[in-house]
Amino acid sequence: MNWISNVVRPRITSFLTTKREIPDNMWVKCPVSGQMVFYKDLEANQFVVPGSDHHMRMGADARLINLFDEGKYEAVELRDVPADPLKFRDGKRYTDRIKEARAKTELKDAVLVGEGSLDGRTIVAAAQDFRFMGGSLGMAAGEAVVTGMLRAAEMKEPFILFAASGGARMQEGILSLMQMPRTTIAVQRLRNANLPYIVVLTDPTTGGVTASYAMLGDVHIAEPGALICFAGPRVIEQTIREQLPDGFQRAEYLLEHGMIDMVVHRHKMRETLSRVTSLMMANRAPAEISTADKARLAKAAANLEARSPAAAANGATKPLNGADAPLSANGPATGTGTAAMNGSGNAEHGKAAAANGAVNADIITPEVVLSAKSKRGKAKPPSNGAKPK
Amino acid sequence: MSAPAIRTYLDFEKPIAELESKVADLQTLASGEDSVSITDELHNLQQKAEQALADTYAKLTPWQKTQVARHPDRPHCMAFVNALIEEFTPLAGDRHFAEDHAIVGGMGKFAGRSVMLIGHEKGSDTESRIKHNFGMARPEGYRKAIRLMEMADRFSMPVITIVDTAGAYPGIGAEERGQAEAIARSTDACIGLGVPLISVVVGEGGSGGAVAIASANRILMLEHAIYTVASPEAAASILWRDSARAIDAATNMKITAQDLLAMKVIDGIIPEPMGGAHRDTKATIEATGAAIANALSEFDGKSTDEIRTQRHDRFLEIGRSLS
Repeated sequence: MNWISNVVRPRITSFLTTKREIPDNMWVKCPVSGQMVFYKDLEANQFVVPGSDHHMRMGADARLINLFDEGKYEAVELRDVPADPLKFRDGKRYTDRIKEARAKTELKDAVLVGEGSLDGRTIVAAAQDFRFMGGSLGMAAGEAVVTGMLRAAEMKEPFILFAASGGARMQEGILSLMQMPRTTIAVQRLRNANLPYIVVLTDPTTGGVTASYAMLGDVHIAEPGALICFAGPRVIEQTIREQLPDGFQRAEYLLEHGMIDMVVHRHKMRETLSRVTSLMMANRAPAEISTADKARLAKAAANLEARSPAAAANGATKPLNGADAPLSANGPATGTGTAAMNGSGNAEHGKAAAANGAVNADIITPEVVLSAKSKRGKAKPPSNGAKPK
Repeated sequence: MSAPAIRTYLDFEKPIAELESKVADLQTLASGEDSVSITDELHNLQQKAEQALADTYAKLTPWQKTQVARHPDRPHCMAFVNALIEEFTPLAGDRHFAEDHAIVGGMGKFAGRSVMLIGHEKGSDTESRIKHNFGMARPEGYRKAIRLMEMADRFSMPVITIVDTAGAYPGIGAEERGQAEAIARSTDACIGLGVPLISVVVGEGGSGGAVAIASANRILMLEHAIYTVASPEAAASILWRDSARAIDAATNMKITAQDLLAMKVIDGIIPEPMGGAHRDTKATIEATGAAIANALSEFDGKSTDEIRTQRHDRFLEIGRSLS
């Protein structure tokens, strides 16, 4: 009996599972041209079909891997949300649907948040995964978007979002709808901190997602051919009972109608995002500094005075290709900002900081240090902070 | 209490309808002659009818509430405005494209102070329903709401919103002109307000079209109003590809004021007269006015930051204490 259960059964199971492990999606058919593409080739080409240039849907993890330097990022920890407060059933239990989606995608829910560096600059990015219940916006996804944005605001770094969603998650009812105002609050935190919020609209972005955080970015970038809308084509056709025009609600149509800034090929996405965030961060006005921050900054500044320039230079020997934007603008501050960070030995941010040359680490950005030391006279008056809209 | 001549009964109100028509018949008879037996019988029947009404309304199902919330005789936005707002001065247009009558708005005096009022108007007869597009706004409606909210903020006017919509209008033009963006920006305007924003869902709170003007400091609902992520029909068509299963969707989605209060999505319920708001609109509107005044007074003396922070905390907390 023991021999059977310990040896034979596992062998049988492993034999069966190995067999099943041969992916049924080795070959993928292009929905436009109909050509068959080898999955590995597709993956290597960022899921753009080589011949037809059709942009296939892409998982959240793949998005982040393609965005961050060397494909490395650290997942931002997300708080747990109630599992199924409505005890919802639609033929199947909602909890079972979640389980299935988790098994299929290896994700906890539809939004993945990561931090890492993009051409040396620390950024926070979130990607929505359409495979997870249609990328639907429920409490978990809402919490993820909020957490990601607040994390970026806390780090004073840009936030990039890849949207892909069928809209609100019906199984969570009103609690799903409430993610619209919730995420909007987080967008305002980014805005009030003068931090770039870039939205990449991918196929498809619809419903409550489009009608909240996905349309509130500073810069809207869409992938070619992506369906982007509030009400889906099916709903509209049912309402007005007529055929919709060709290309209706596609990325190019939205560009023409002034809803997005650009349509960008996936192969150019990373460099575009890097350029846009760099340009926006280059001579950014500092956000209003809270009194608590001021006290910390004064301390950091005092520490700096005591340090030799050599120590500061030391700090700058890290892979500082992040020396681009805010740093170069403030010449001498480059070293000080970095040194201050190193000196403060912020364990929590150590990893991220080391990875990107320590541009950010918490609140001690060069321009903030400068204004605390008031070497450049008064920091820009906090007009933005005084009256957040 | 004189009943209106023609009353629209909902399908589940049939027993009540029969009793009430008998009462009406007897009343006409009784007015003719002065017989004691008729008066007794009338009294008896009246009691029966009232009891039937009370029994039915004490345990309305979510789907029945949906029907009550959509009752054609239910008071709509302008009824509240006319009764509660003095010197109401309607303001029109989004300054970009058009005037959308599905969302009405304007300044006026409420309980002695200047306020901005914004609400979905469904209309009350065929002509006005068409004019107001059945309360389904296009981007222009939301952009007007944004304009009025920003103005209210500058002039320290509290904002009151009356929510009553099946949802934002799904049409080619609406999509073309950025329905999603307009809703997102309107929610954004709500969230950023430095003046108190009080919302009352008086009928249907439908999806993003409702959230756009209801992301408020205090959200109140009439007793039989509903507030949904998508109308039961739309949800059924998404979940089962069959809008006929709206009843199942309504039952499953937790859309009633009572459910929403339990989940702390809303802050209070305004009781309706027996048999629903449409049976006594005056009492309904008075109760609503009192509830709004009460909610507003909670923000007296509060700074813009405190008001804004309260609103942010309120929404960020939603769902966090549920299990």
